[in-house]
Amino acid sequence: MPLLPDLSQACLPPTQPSAVRASNPGATLIDALLSASAAGIIELLSPNPPGWGGTLMVGLLHSIEIALGATCLGLLIGTGGAYGKLYGGPVVRDLLAVYTTIVRAVPELVLILLLYYAGTDLINQALTAMGYQRVDISGLAAGIAVLGFVQGAYSTEVIRGAILAIPQGQIEAARAYGMSPGLLLRRITLPAMLPFAIPGLANLWLIATKDTALLAVVGFYELALATRQAAGVTKAYFTFFFAAGVLYLLLSLFSNLIIGRVEAWSRRGMPSLKDAR
Amino acid sequence: MANEAAIINAVARTSLWLQPHRIVLILIALGLVLSAAFFMRWDWLPQYYEMGLIGIWRSLWILAVTCVLGFLLAVPLGLAQATGSFWFAAPAKVFCTVIRGTPLLIQLWLLYYGLGSLFPQYPWIRESWMWPYLRQAWPYGVLALTLSFAGYEGEVMRGAFAGVPKGQLEAARAFGMSRWKTFRRIWLPQAIYRALPTLTGETVLQLKSTPLVATISVIDIFAVSSKVRQDTYLTYEPLLLLALIYMTITGILVLALGRIEARIPNKIG
Repeated sequence: MPLLPDLSQACLPPTQPSAVRASNPGATLIDALLSASAAGIIELLSPNPPGWGGTLMVGLLHSIEIALGATCLGLLIGTGGAYGKLYGGPVVRDLLAVYTTIVRAVPELVLILLLYYAGTDLINQALTAMGYQRVDISGLAAGIAVLGFVQGAYSTEVIRGAILAIPQGQIEAARAYGMSPGLLLRRITLPAMLPFAIPGLANLWLIATKDTALLAVVGFYELALATRQAAGVTKAYFTFFFAAGVLYLLLSLFSNLIIGRVEAWSRRGMPSLKDAR
Repeated sequence: MANEAAIINAVARTSLWLQPHRIVLILIALGLVLSAAFFMRWDWLPQYYEMGLIGIWRSLWILAVTCVLGFLLAVPLGLAQATGSFWFAAPAKVFCTVIRGTPLLIQLWLLYYGLGSLFPQYPWIRESWMWPYLRQAWPYGVLALTLSFAGYEGEVMRGAFAGVPKGQLEAARAFGMSRWKTFRRIWLPQAIYRALPTLTGETVLQLKSTPLVATISVIDIFAVSSKVRQDTYLTYEPLLLLALIYMTITGILVLALGRIEARIPNKIG
């Protein structure tokens, strides 16, 4: 598989017009100014078809979809993993330790490639073995599954630490009331661990939004790949990658705003952090 | 006597660790590795062996250079945020926020494709001594990874500088040390001690970021594995070996940096 379209030619000087430009230094300056002029940039980034703003926004939406899906899947795996690590048998604990160690030691890019190919391959082999047609796994589902698997390892550690931070008496009291394990999880463990887990989980959400960019390498259509496409067609590399950076940054800053609110909500009734310092 | 006790202790610990289920798990893992070695195709290895070693060397070299340069850049960034006036603190804070709020891949592509496509428009850049370097890919990769490391570590250094007790600095001033000497002898060393425990984690994260330079045509170990996949049409073998290589490097890094951390007194402040 070609890794990515080779754009290494992009930084070589343009051959044909440079001869003309060499004789007329003023033209170079005007060219540079024109290509960077506000009107040109607005035209390039406008949401309507001659501009590529719409493409970027669709890419951003896909990125957010994957990040949301991956974080939710990661939370599910993380909660299960944390329970397994805390209350599971010796075999479960060791397997989970292997899972979290390997995922955290191997670059996300390698994991994404490996899981993407292995996952689609396994599903297709299972389907053909059962006598069905091969299917094309949708990029969205594959992206969510792969990133979710990676996120799961990190959230396992975060949630495990958060559950350990709950005063043990609360869980014992719930058991003494005769709560079933499911009720205990829903009513006591999850709400009580939330204030301890949210800083770590918020960090994971920010990592997830940024990791979606890596899916561009396996050819999934999200913001990074949309930007790359727009930049490749218009040759306005700087403008588009800058615009994508701004979009990612806005997403991060907006997330921080929401996270602050959620954290304040999850800590309701607890002493405020400022007083503790 | 003490020696014997230590040996007995070590044996006890080993037997505690090596419970029956672990032996079974290790055997299963060995079986998986052996079956991978026997039933998968590895005949391409001799041909790409040398290229792989060069790739590993290049990855490690990029890791070392960007970590050292990034840390050097992180010190002023942290200092500016911890104490500087608004005009120093605000740009440093903005820099850290931007670096931490955008994907490294986009930063890398912005520098390589974005700046790289702007440079040739200026004749004075094309004629300068930097041009032979600016036409290659690796300076952009090193720059992007350095800035990224500086952004993350700068935030850590801010906390580290702010965490050094005020009394220590006041005592140094009372001894008649100049501001620079106070910084050099008291503030900086203590801040670095405080930041060191995060260094292992940050370095491993940086190692896991290095394969991104393969997307701008730097031939590191990740790019070598992609080339093997393109040439041989094998999907899993090069990727599995690549994952194993990264795990080994991570393991060595964690052990080595853990040793360094253990040598440094951590009961401070």
